[in-house]
Amino acid sequence: MLRILYKVLRTGVVTESPPAIGEAELEKVGIEVKRHIDARFGGSLAIREVDAGSCNGCELEIHALNNPWYDVERFGVHFVASPRHADVLLVTGPVSRHMQAALQRTLAATPEPRYVIAAGSCACDGGEFGVSYASCGAVENVIPVDVKIPGCPPTPLDLLRGILAALGGKDSAADE
Amino acid sequence: MSRFDWLSEYLARMQDEMILVRRGSARELAPAHLLEIDAEDWGRAAQLAASLDYRWAGTWGDHRGEQIVLFACLENEGDYLVLRTVVDTATPVLPSHSPWYPAADRPERHLQDLLGVLFSDHLDDRRWTRHQAWSEASYPLRQDYPLAGQPQDETPPDGDYPFTRVLGSGVYEIPVGPVHAGIIEPGHFRFSAVGEEVLRLEQHLGYVHKGIEKLAQGRDPAGLLRLAARVSGDSTVAHSWAACQALERACGCRVPERAQALRGLLCERERVANHLGDIGAICNDVGFAFAIYQCSRLRELWQRRSAELFGHRFMMDLLVPGGIGVDLDQGAIDTLRHDHARLRRESADLFALLDDQPSLEDRLLNTGRLTAETARRFGCSGYVGKASGQAFDVRSANPYAPYDRTPMETPVLEEGDVMARLQIRAREIDASLEWMDRLLQSLPEGPLQADFRCAAAAEGIGFVEGWRGEIITYVRLDEDGRVARFFPRDPSWHSWPALERIVLGNIVPDFPVCNKSVNGSYSGHDL
Repeated sequence: MLRILYKVLRTGVVTESPPAIGEAELEKVGIEVKRHIDARFGGSLAIREVDAGSCNGCELEIHALNNPWYDVERFGVHFVASPRHADVLLVTGPVSRHMQAALQRTLAATPEPRYVIAAGSCACDGGEFGVSYASCGAVENVIPVDVKIPGCPPTPLDLLRGILAALGGKDSAADE
Repeated sequence: MSRFDWLSEYLARMQDEMILVRRGSARELAPAHLLEIDAEDWGRAAQLAASLDYRWAGTWGDHRGEQIVLFACLENEGDYLVLRTVVDTATPVLPSHSPWYPAADRPERHLQDLLGVLFSDHLDDRRWTRHQAWSEASYPLRQDYPLAGQPQDETPPDGDYPFTRVLGSGVYEIPVGPVHAGIIEPGHFRFSAVGEEVLRLEQHLGYVHKGIEKLAQGRDPAGLLRLAARVSGDSTVAHSWAACQALERACGCRVPERAQALRGLLCERERVANHLGDIGAICNDVGFAFAIYQCSRLRELWQRRSAELFGHRFMMDLLVPGGIGVDLDQGAIDTLRHDHARLRRESADLFALLDDQPSLEDRLLNTGRLTAETARRFGCSGYVGKASGQAFDVRSANPYAPYDRTPMETPVLEEGDVMARLQIRAREIDASLEWMDRLLQSLPEGPLQADFRCAAAAEGIGFVEGWRGEIITYVRLDEDGRVARFFPRDPSWHSWPALERIVLGNIVPDFPVCNKSVNGSYSGHDL
């Protein structure tokens, strides 16, 4: 136990003293997100992630949002296990035809008001996979989408910007 | 020991068994040895290979007008053998490999669903990859099937897949997925349990089938690589590399040494990043949150360096046919060596700590055990195989550049439990760091790309050890140098069925950690 504590203390809080790219921006976007969540969602935004056919690249970056560098929970954003608890569906991948019904049912299980965010190039426009016998292409071909976050995959910061855009914030560079 | 010194025995035994070898070639699909046999001998050739304990490594088919050409890949002592046969498109029936190799079960059902090949004595006649997006009588990988297919507006859910029912007093089913509770890929697991104990697990995959094999057809090499990079996003470098190898061998292109070395560096970086993530996630699945924060912190640092030096956090789309699209200057090499030293220090700290946690031992030791025998029969490679006594690793068993000049030490353990799969990952991180330092010490000078000229009517095969294990990729080019066939065989084809065995006798709440310790790719498997 002492060794764990020692390691924890020696590691420090990486979230507040990051040495690399884009942290000032992360703080800026994050605080903006938090302001909107406080005002409109009672301080907490619940996201249900749905992989509707992705290559798993987007999932890795969505995971990264929870690592100590980004730590999005401090902005009030958290990921939930059921669509019934969710304010936002964050959907990745071109929607495979085999996932079409599952995605529609997930949407139906998400209470309103809700937002749907399409994350990643495939979710935005079908990406490398497009429409075929096996793929419905973009998420909006299957369910209505509020915000799109392009990128292959979008970086964690892109994702946070997209979430802000969904909340109607000013930083909607990703919403094109 | 020289390469293929066992092949003469196999050929002699084939002769004894009256299996006629129509043609053999050491060159056409090098480094694999190609044997053409008759379709009626397809099953007996596998039976013979199984009796000699060769590992079954994959099967794929290629529709060429009147004929469907079928391939099966076997491995023995690090050498690859490719069996090839031909069936008429009108009557595409031949014996199955599945009676002799359980690993062949799902790959053959995939061929049945996509190419309409019928394996006469297959033990399981259920569909596998096909759900409800195309009909039973149509086969997307046939040449006359349009890429667009004939989809309905709404593809119905696949509600009536005939799962095997376990009956008995107190037996109940737990259906899980396709949408899972975590941030992971979709698939369906059907548990039959009594109390907390799992009696049977049956997987139903194919939810992320995106038609990758069909989409590849007609693409140029650059287009193929964009697709290969997205077969499984976490293995983008490894799948790109295997596709490059296949293309380059098909076209007789020699890749410059510096490019080979840099490909190796990128692939090892991918391995380290994913192993770090998995070690953290395995510990997290038994409630040891400390590890996931430490590991995800280290992984993030690692990926930021990839973004800084190579322009992409996952190093996607950097490999090109004939070479590589990035280079390292001396400053970057120094930075990487500094990173390696730092990660070695941190991981030594961390792994010593994980080794010394009674609560982790309690949950990970003896959990999810895969016997060496089962691992062998399912043809498991990577950390799943290596944790269960299967020493095979493409990098050491059949070293391709740059592992031929800079050999890689690969670990092996016997225990076969979740702890062993975690420890193999930790050892592979150490080995990769040490290897990358050796590589950077004598990074060959020279060009980054060879002149890649697309050959007409050519085929080639790639073998790469990705972070999950062995990747085998087959590419055939048509008369115009366009892709006619692309089949990337992810190692997950072999680890998914092993997971069904791994969880037997374990408790339902230990399934997540068993699953994470295997971490099969859904996308790489469903294609």
